[in-house]
Amino acid sequence: MSSRRVRSHQELNTLRENFENTIKAEPVRILVCAGTGCQASGSLKVWEKMSELAKNTSVQVEFAPEIAHGENFEHPAVHKSGCLGFCEQGPLVRIEPLGVLYTKVTPDDCGEIFETTVKNKEVVHRLLYKNKITGEECFNQSEIPFYKGQTRVVLKTCGTIDPESVEEAISVGTYQALAKALFTMKPEDVIQTVLDSKLRGRGGGGFVAGKKWQQVAAQPEKTRYIVCNGDEGDPGAFMDCSIMEGDPHRMIEGMIIAAYAVGAQEGYIYVRAEYPLAVKRLTLAIKQATEFGLLGDNIMGSGFNFHLHINRGAGAFVCGEGSALTASIEGKRGMPRVKPPRTVEQGLFAKPTVLNNVETYANVPQIILSGADWYKSIGTPDSPGTKTFALTGAVRNTGLVEVPFGITPREIIFNIGGGIRGDKKFKAVQIGGPSGGCLTEEQLDEPLDFDSVKRLGVIVGSGGLVVMDEDTCMVEVARFFMDFTHRESCGKCVPCREGTLRMLEILERIVAGQGEEDDINKLRTLADLIIHTALCGLGKSAPLPVISTLNAFPEEYEAHIKDKKCPAHVCQKLKQYIINPELCKSCSKCARGCPVQAISGQPKVPYEIDQTKCIKCGACISACPFKAIYVA
Amino acid sequence: MGTMKIDGYPVEFTDEPNILSVIRKAGIDLPTLCYHSELSIYGACRLCNVEDEKGRMFASCSERPRDGMSIKTSTPRLVRYRRMLIELMLASHHRDCTTCVKNGDCELQNLAHRLGVNSVPWGYRQPKHKKDFSSPSIVRDPDKCILCGDCVRVCDDIQGINAIDFANRGTEAMVIPAFNKSIADTDCVNCGQCRVVCPTGAISINTNIRPVWEALADPNIKVFAQVAPAVRVAAGQAFGGPKGENVMGKIVAALHRLGFDEVYDTTFGADMTILEESKEFLEVYKKGGPFPLLTSCCPAWVKFCENRWPEFVPNISTSYSPIQMLGSIAREYYADPAHNEGKKILSVGIMPCTAKKAEILREDLKRDGKQNIDYVLTTEEMITMIKRAGIDFNELESEAADMPFGMGSGGGVIFGNSGGVMEAALRTLCEGSERLEIEKLRQSGVRGPGALREFVFNYKGNEIKAAVVSGLAEANALLQRIHNGESFYHFVEVMACRRGCIMGGGQPAHGGYKTKEARKHGLYESDVNTQIKKSNENPTALAIYDTLIKGREHELLHSHKH
Amino acid sequence: MLDSSFYTKADEILSKHPAQERSLIPILHEIQESYNYVPVELLPYIAKHIGISETKAYSVASFYERFSFEPKGKYIIRVCDGTACHVRQSLPVLERLRAELNLSDKKHTTDDMLFTVETVSCLGACSLAPALMVNDHVHPAMTPDKATKLLQDLREEEAKS
Repeated sequence: MSSRRVRSHQELNTLRENFENTIKAEPVRILVCAGTGCQASGSLKVWEKMSELAKNTSVQVEFAPEIAHGENFEHPAVHKSGCLGFCEQGPLVRIEPLGVLYTKVTPDDCGEIFETTVKNKEVVHRLLYKNKITGEECFNQSEIPFYKGQTRVVLKTCGTIDPESVEEAISVGTYQALAKALFTMKPEDVIQTVLDSKLRGRGGGGFVAGKKWQQVAAQPEKTRYIVCNGDEGDPGAFMDCSIMEGDPHRMIEGMIIAAYAVGAQEGYIYVRAEYPLAVKRLTLAIKQATEFGLLGDNIMGSGFNFHLHINRGAGAFVCGEGSALTASIEGKRGMPRVKPPRTVEQGLFAKPTVLNNVETYANVPQIILSGADWYKSIGTPDSPGTKTFALTGAVRNTGLVEVPFGITPREIIFNIGGGIRGDKKFKAVQIGGPSGGCLTEEQLDEPLDFDSVKRLGVIVGSGGLVVMDEDTCMVEVARFFMDFTHRESCGKCVPCREGTLRMLEILERIVAGQGEEDDINKLRTLADLIIHTALCGLGKSAPLPVISTLNAFPEEYEAHIKDKKCPAHVCQKLKQYIINPELCKSCSKCARGCPVQAISGQPKVPYEIDQTKCIKCGACISACPFKAIYVA
Repeated sequence: MGTMKIDGYPVEFTDEPNILSVIRKAGIDLPTLCYHSELSIYGACRLCNVEDEKGRMFASCSERPRDGMSIKTSTPRLVRYRRMLIELMLASHHRDCTTCVKNGDCELQNLAHRLGVNSVPWGYRQPKHKKDFSSPSIVRDPDKCILCGDCVRVCDDIQGINAIDFANRGTEAMVIPAFNKSIADTDCVNCGQCRVVCPTGAISINTNIRPVWEALADPNIKVFAQVAPAVRVAAGQAFGGPKGENVMGKIVAALHRLGFDEVYDTTFGADMTILEESKEFLEVYKKGGPFPLLTSCCPAWVKFCENRWPEFVPNISTSYSPIQMLGSIAREYYADPAHNEGKKILSVGIMPCTAKKAEILREDLKRDGKQNIDYVLTTEEMITMIKRAGIDFNELESEAADMPFGMGSGGGVIFGNSGGVMEAALRTLCEGSERLEIEKLRQSGVRGPGALREFVFNYKGNEIKAAVVSGLAEANALLQRIHNGESFYHFVEVMACRRGCIMGGGQPAHGGYKTKEARKHGLYESDVNTQIKKSNENPTALAIYDTLIKGREHELLHSHKH
Repeated sequence: MLDSSFYTKADEILSKHPAQERSLIPILHEIQESYNYVPVELLPYIAKHIGISETKAYSVASFYERFSFEPKGKYIIRVCDGTACHVRQSLPVLERLRAELNLSDKKHTTDDMLFTVETVSCLGACSLAPALMVNDHVHPAMTPDKATKLLQDLREEEAKS
């Protein structure tokens, strides 16, 4: 394997050319998306079928340059690609050099794709994406509205290359930034560039990444660590997952650059256990990068050493907090500790540590290559660059999007996301996960950047955008988040452990129709306590989803508490089962099916449900042959 | 170094590690439930939150003082938050306060009162866990636990045992042994330090008050007590007396009032221990090993050594600990019908220690299958009994301990301090102008502040390398170094509790720095006031070698574990 | 007493990791994956090997949701109840699975040790909500009826093997 090691910048360039040519030489290149989303929709079966068909199909080769890794390019090349983002339409298949993008491909479609597209360079129209509003067919990615509003920096090559192949990564320029840093920049120059770019941490806080690096570099202690937070625990967020799965080398390159900048020799990637594919691809990427001399000892012959390890999380949301994460890597309970000392002073193994998240590191290579000024040309002055979001919920197009900071939520939801599913009415968009809050209709035209969003009382967070329509009960949503933060509280500090328990109790009471007059006041008092006294950032922000819904939708709370009604008809215990007297034939089936004898009646007189006895189990609805029972 | 403003008043600080220490130095008793200056900072209770000029709020236990800083400690907002935090803790706490063992001495209860908590607006979580009575020393009641983690840190950081730790998370979190086993099934050495730091009734002393009290009331039982050195400098404070004052005379009087027929002084036993142990040391020294000789007085340490370092068990002195010495000799004494008056005899030790409750049960310390001591009561239990009987402690006239086991040397009394056993033992080796030698020994390093003190003693022109260590984590490190050949000593004194028995697991809790220092000085002061400095000059101790013991040293004064 | 094969397997896993505290979580992962649970007897064995107390090992293991001291079923079904899945009705899917298997929020594993049903905070498949995961495989866009079908398929697969 030593023969494959890159020993200089020149060798990397040569390698890059070789791989580029190899790929160019592929007569037809079929990319089957193999992100978690598409895999779940069955893309691996599509890939298998495509590979099988490819073996039996020959395509004319126009030229055959030297081949780097010995495949026969007389056949079409079938690759797995990283996440294309439009998971909802998966499995996605892209065919180069034609550039056509097929959606919802099944193994049965593969034969037709081969006959029509691979052999005859024609399009299978039924597999094209159709614009949901105009009905127009979209031939390639750039025609699809979902992609139109996006700016892809971090996800630039995610989906266009095979994430399991370092050759493909090298062919698109990965590790060029590292070479530039190692051979043409001093560590302090790298830090300065990152500082100048004003790159801010994408994990939630928005702390200027370069400052962390600078502080670590200035520590007297010389053993230093680079840690990547891939513990994307926010429910409703999968941006980091897609990056780790779809373009692992880019993030690894960012980490190596950080290591060079601060003089670290070891690094750790902490990945959620729920992301097995990310773990697999990162493990492979590290192995490959090490084989190519891009990681490990004497990187590219520069004399710089850096070793990378992967640690899997074990199902604890709190490990997304920096000190809890490092404790977990150390083999301890993932409980946040008091600061100071800060992570930059005493982080992992009590050594100075740079801790950034996946997306932050993934931004670094492009900043080094194109410079701070280029980076600042994207986004807003104080929040430069792009942000990836997981756009989900009641929106037409769900998936992974990357947009410049400063874009409005409206653009994301209505242009990229195509508006609300089923033409329902937009109600709110939840941003920042359990540490964030809701934005309402009136707030949709505010720019999305770290500081503007903060002024609205929410945070950008890691990037979950869950769109909610009129059928969503905001009190239930608040209960949902409180249940989550309470369950995931580490239990260390009193306000978070006991406070979230009590807030949850109140919310559970409210959605069950047992809310009391003073409950809103109690919720606010508890929230105030937790926000100001909890030990860690996650604790301090735990009440935000409640506060945000209380502020934006007070009338929904009022309805639950005073009128014992759920305006969105979501809260089970507030539902009323009613018999429509006009449809009731007095057959008594419902009464016999009722487990609590809440239904009574006489022949020829419509039956009635005693609401005080009804437990809302729904048995009567199933029992009624005349569909006379409805939920109000 | 610098000056900061606390509630408007300038306060200078030097090397205080955190703002909380500066606040306390300024005379403000900021409430905390998870802060102990000797333990690592945990930051869980959030009670010590303070506000700076900008209204920023932070925990003062974990923030460093900075010059020019200005903070407020009791704004209405802070007081409100503190009250709410206590309310939240109380809501999940088993609130049987009026019948709780900790009633009146509970830090949570005190804070609730101090902060004006007069109702708990949250639902009550019913108690759901069993109490653990498996240990002879402590009782665990998880429903009283507020998860401050003090016990976990003292057990792990200071003692290196880690018998209990947090388990589960969130509101399910508990402090328990692995798999919620009984504490008796763990490596617990019964030191009771967890109980000392526990602010509530979650860990308490396994009390033996009742059987003792019943015996006291029984005319057919002759009950005698022996009082350990450290008890006398800790009890007075509980009755409003000055910290660290030696109140042995009043203790003797109070115990007589409670009905103890005789009250002896464990200092006598300590002298016996020294007599035997120094003989043993000289033998080992002359034989050239095995080194180091390790002291045997501390049962928590002995158990620790057996659990963790079986290779060093043979190095532990076979001499009985002071309580066993006196217990064993008194047994012989009361075997004589002239002394037992035809009654049953009950032997009670009043100890600063919870581990002694376990020590008396050890098989290798039994003679003819019978314990040398029937019950151990801790200082806390003794105080409880005196209070329960309504005895006005402060008004008592001092009484002398009863003879023949009521007299001890200065060497015997300092046993309660870390370094005291070593100092007493080495005193017996002092020759020449004795006062001068003893003074020289005192200055040698055997006394001092560190958890580990190493020094050299000159004996007849030879160097004796000695070490004194307290706290089992520190002891563990020392043994590791000896094991690795990195350190060498002839003689090592180990006490499980930091600073020795004065801070034992059975002593009144809430001992701050001043209390610790006062207790230490109290014992040293008692030594100064004693005419006889050396154990081998205690005439009553020497006398029994010709009477009660008569050549039976091995049988009556040594353990038979090896 | 645990069969000696467990210790052989544990030794094999332990040999892959440095005997240090930081190896605890990776080792527990491998044990959990080998047996679908962490046998109680192995914990002190692991703890001793890496030089920590049994209490510490238990403290850490019990903190993390992933590790279980009770045997889990052959098929571990993790129903995602992340925000996106929640608002797209993940709970009815969970309820159906529990109903079909006679499980509840207290009882997670079927008596025949075939199925364990749990919830998980997010699987990262939010675009395909509601999702669930069977062992390492994600199933998208679930409905209660699809859940029933899934159980049928798994049972058939089981019958075949």
